Amino acid sequence: MRKLDNLYRQIIMDHYKNPRNKGIPDDDRYRKEHIRNPSCGDDVTIATLVEEGTVKDIRQDGTGCSICCASASVLSELLEGKTVADALRVSENYVDMIMGKPFDEAIAFEDALAFEGVKDFPARLKCATIAWKAFDATVKDGENDE
Amino acid sequence: MDLSRLRDDFPLLKRKHIRYFDTAATSLTPRPVVARMKDYYENLSANVHRGVYTLSHEATEQYEAARATIARFINAFPEECVFTRGASGALNMVALGLAEKIAEGDEIVVSELEHHSNFLPWLHLAKKRRAKLVFVPLTDEGRITTENFASVLTERTKIVALTHVSNVLGYTTPVEEITRLAREKEAYVVIDAAQSVPHIPVDVKRIGCDFLVFSSHKALGPTGLGVLYGKKERLEEMDPIEYGGDMVDLAEKDHATWQDPPIKFETGTPPIAEVLGFAEAVRYMERIGRAEIKRHGENLRAHTMEKLRAMEGVTIHNESTEGSLISFNIDGVHPHDAVTILDSEGFALRAGHHCAQPLMAWLSVPATLRASFYIYNTISECDGLVEAVGRARDYFLSP
Ligand SMILES: Cc1ncc(COP(=O)(O)O)c(C=O)c1O
Repeated sequence: MRKLDNLYRQIIMDHYKNPRNKGIPDDDRYRKEHIRNPSCGDDVTIATLVEEGTVKDIRQDGTGCSICCASASVLSELLEGKTVADALRVSENYVDMIMGKPFDEAIAFEDALAFEGVKDFPARLKCATIAWKAFDATVKDGENDE
Repeated sequence: MDLSRLRDDFPLLKRKHIRYFDTAATSLTPRPVVARMKDYYENLSANVHRGVYTLSHEATEQYEAARATIARFINAFPEECVFTRGASGALNMVALGLAEKIAEGDEIVVSELEHHSNFLPWLHLAKKRRAKLVFVPLTDEGRITTENFASVLTERTKIVALTHVSNVLGYTTPVEEITRLAREKEAYVVIDAAQSVPHIPVDVKRIGCDFLVFSSHKALGPTGLGVLYGKKERLEEMDPIEYGGDMVDLAEKDHATWQDPPIKFETGTPPIAEVLGFAEAVRYMERIGRAEIKRHGENLRAHTMEKLRAMEGVTIHNESTEGSLISFNIDGVHPHDAVTILDSEGFALRAGHHCAQPLMAWLSVPATLRASFYIYNTISECDGLVEAVGRARDYFLSP
């Protein structure tokens, strides 16, 4: 049960039950990315508003398991206000953390640190990273304009 | 027959805590099947249908004897059974083989119960030929009935491709009646028997279908092998799907002729060890008896169903099923989360869309949990599963 409780931390369940920044605005200034995991049906959309190199707002929506939905909620809070470069660096290190690889421990992951336990559940890695992949796509140059 | 002793034939069941409820995805492989394949590699290992030396001759004889064993299992003639790389491979072969016969405006009948492997080849064929894909309306429970099938059968129906037993709901399609109606319109009938062959007696002559496919790995056999049954005259009139060694009769620089079926559809070196292994699996099922296999799976399903039904917070999608599986959800808990909890206790069951996305849409759920039962499962395992489902529910839903 210890491992499980590490996976389903209170923080994760809280974000799952009370998602932050939910709902995609009908606003062309946001860049949107929709990703589905065909094998399980996790389905996430991230919409990001970038102004002058800074992430001004992130909105998220979707359906899926607690890990997937909570991670979209967590990232929408964590990355808002960061420069695009910083946000991408956090994202990259988050993915390394989930994969059990070395990562920059100086980064303030805040609620996202709760996902560290996912590394013991290889079958759930995708659940925890899909929203982050979607976010990356919304801020990387010239890709996936919708 | 005492099935409890047969668990010794499945070494995986000795792995600590493992309780295997995913036979509908793939069955466990009993020792005699593995032994047969090992024996081939250690003591024979020669190719088939080629060399005239002793080893190759023996390999060919054993391979063809295995084909006869497998054919007899579904009451077919050996020359009506083509070895493929799986049920999916077989269905794609039929769709390719029948493509020539489909013209614009023709109709291909499928259903929302289909596994993607008996849906996407037909969707693709319909698009390519500008034919129409027609869905049998399902009953409120999600069943295909003869009446509902009759309601979509028309003069333009050219192919009917339906599942024999649903991999998500376990219902059995009335394939005999449906085939009779379809043949009156001279439509080709293709039956996906991937989930029926492991569980219930299947007799192609009684069904009367033109084609029927199944996989070895869901019926105690090895992976990488399936069977395409085709009525003799259907296989004779169908062009080869792939060209190369073995399937050719005479090759000249500007002309070639083909072997007779089934070899006409088996170019290249086949999965010989797998074919021998699968024939051993068939003998294993025959020793237990198909009535016994069916009875045991249905008993475990009925027992588990009764207990799950009494549980609060569980929605069952196939309460009336006659099959050996249960599809359900824990209310408010995504199947992925539920299965992680169950997995941590050693229960292996499937969470997902089961390669049946149209059916998930029909059920209005993104995914379900599926527990499937087979000869090596026991009542006490099922009781354990029900208790674990209760714990998974409480884990997520307790405040
Ligand atoms: C009903 C049905 N049809 C077809 C298939 C495909 O079988 P295979 O993966 O062995 O090709 C499956 C298995 O997943 C199935 O359950």
